[in-house]
Amino acid sequence: MNNLEFKNIKDWYLSGFDLFEKKLNGESKSFLHEIRKDALLTLSSLDFPANHNEEWKYTNVSPILKYNFIPAVNSILPKFSKKEIEKFLFSNFDCHLIVFINGIFSEELSEIGALPDGVIAGSLRNIVKENPQLVNNYLTRLSKIDNAFNALNTAYSFDGLAVIVPDGKVVDKPIQVLYLNSSGDELILSQPRNLIIAGKNSQVNIITNYCGFDQNLYFSNIVTELYADENAVISLCKVQDESHDAFHIEKLQASQKSNSLFNHYSIGFGGSIVRNDINTLLDGENTETHYYGLYLANGKQHVDNHTFIDHAKPNCMSNELYKGILDGNSHGVFNGKIIVRHDAQKTNAYQQNKTILLSKTAKIDTKPQLEIFANDVKCSHGATVGKLDESSEFYIRSRGVPQELAKSMLIRAFANDVIETIKIDQLREQLNHMIFEHLHRVEIHNQ
Amino acid sequence: MLSIKNLKANIDGKEILNGIDLEIKTGEVHAIMGPNGSGKSTLANVLTGNKSYEVTEGEILFEGKNLLEMDPETRAREGMFLAFQYPIEIPGISNATFLKTALNEIRKYNNQPELTPKEFLERIKEKAKILGLDDTLISRAVNVGFSGGEKKRNEIFQMLMLEPKFVLLDETDSGLDIDALKIVSSGVNVYRKPTNAVLVITHYQRLLDYIVPDYVHVLSKGRIIKSGGKELALELEDKGYDWIKTEELEAENA
Repeated sequence: MNNLEFKNIKDWYLSGFDLFEKKLNGESKSFLHEIRKDALLTLSSLDFPANHNEEWKYTNVSPILKYNFIPAVNSILPKFSKKEIEKFLFSNFDCHLIVFINGIFSEELSEIGALPDGVIAGSLRNIVKENPQLVNNYLTRLSKIDNAFNALNTAYSFDGLAVIVPDGKVVDKPIQVLYLNSSGDELILSQPRNLIIAGKNSQVNIITNYCGFDQNLYFSNIVTELYADENAVISLCKVQDESHDAFHIEKLQASQKSNSLFNHYSIGFGGSIVRNDINTLLDGENTETHYYGLYLANGKQHVDNHTFIDHAKPNCMSNELYKGILDGNSHGVFNGKIIVRHDAQKTNAYQQNKTILLSKTAKIDTKPQLEIFANDVKCSHGATVGKLDESSEFYIRSRGVPQELAKSMLIRAFANDVIETIKIDQLREQLNHMIFEHLHRVEIHNQ
Repeated sequence: MLSIKNLKANIDGKEILNGIDLEIKTGEVHAIMGPNGSGKSTLANVLTGNKSYEVTEGEILFEGKNLLEMDPETRAREGMFLAFQYPIEIPGISNATFLKTALNEIRKYNNQPELTPKEFLERIKEKAKILGLDDTLISRAVNVGFSGGEKKRNEIFQMLMLEPKFVLLDETDSGLDIDALKIVSSGVNVYRKPTNAVLVITHYQRLLDYIVPDYVHVLSKGRIIKSGGKELALELEDKGYDWIKTEELEAENA
């Protein structure tokens, strides 16, 4: 089928829903299916965002809308062996491994292992089938549809990561989630729908890893909902290493209750057009939120990070550090929004965005957006854009180190204050390796 | 070993060095003293190849080779070392990584095999001991969180590790208390051999109590206006730089 049959791409996605319903069989009886149908209606009333929309001013999504992507459920799922997925995994540390192929859970490839009593980690689809009331209170309740992309995700929501940690439970080992994407003859729309719920006094550490095969054209369109109940500690480290031809859009909506701690890491390498919306509602007092971001881009990559922290309650702290390394003709966008609501007195909110431009043709649009309605708050923001420091480069070279290697050292040094916040040593080292690989630069191995 | 002839250099179009002549032979220690703004740091930067400084005239030969044609890394590989006045911090790169990379680049250039991890470790231990440095320093990031004194000590540690032929100390004594000064000096004195040479650039005489020079030169307005033995440094300390300037003025008028 080609695009000509449809007046616009939206009609293409609306038209695929009949086939999707057929594929669902009995699963169309669940509460989720009502949500899907509502979302489909919403989708039909929305347009995909354009540049005149302030939130999408610097990101042109029209290349994504040129292709008729097929929702993974409607296509044939490719098969992979454990050996074939090995190179995509972060290794040498103990973890619970959950694997999705084109957004659909793979039982054979996952190695979830033993979890603490009552903890659920695996496929959302299975939970919806087996224990719908468990997720009904959260799924699509945290993230309201606010654009056509997340409407599309919701309308075709089928599978994704579900992590549910009951009150008082601590998951010691990190949960590693591999989202491997692959387009064959059909261009795939991969749409994980993730739900992470941490009960009171619980703790969990999740690594999500979105990747794909080289030169595969596909579209990852993700929605993640995350809920941290009172005193919960959640760490979510997202690594985005999609194929350089792929499109990647994720909306994360988090909500924190009092005394909870949420650490979000976003390490981005791949994709031709990438958009991350990372939103957290601080819905209780004394919460703590950290956003750490590092994004690399070269060639013609376009990477847009929109972060939002909504200080709705008093005595909360948020801290954000986003760093970009841009080479070639790449284009970065950073929009950091912080709202401090009228009641949110004694708020501490900090934000920094730093960018290194490695070429004359790379560029960044960076914009802090602070809206403060309380009067007793401490807020700061800062943005810097620059080249690698020449006096530092001179210092390194004056020890006999060639110029290219000196630059690599400085790139690693620049990335370090984001990378060093990641607590798993082996993951940190593997990410450092990926930095040099992606910039096609000489690697520095630390001793 | 090092021969500077009629060196003139400027930064941002401003003439700083105004015709410097200096001969340093192996086994010698020279000191260049001078007031602020006399061109001391410019000379150090020109010697190590900082391209912010433009050489407009003259030449520098290092072991007979044209130094000005070499990039900074080649100068280092040929055996030149600058202990910086303001060492740079490099977060995320450990001292071990930094030194091993530098050392192996220098060895590769000189057709020497890379050091084995064991040899490297032994060298670290030996050199750290000379300066009373903690072994844990080696896994810390280069100069990150170091005090001014620790940074200077780390410069001397790098010098001992890289074993250069010629060392330039650029205001290494600035910001050092007397204990740190003694340690840094003892490091330099361990390094001192008949086969290498040292050029000390300093504002104050006190470093020269510990690193005793063979020759002292006074720099003023980008030129060496007086040279002598180590006693010249003491005389300067006593009478101040104005004494030299007055003497020079009288000589010009005579």
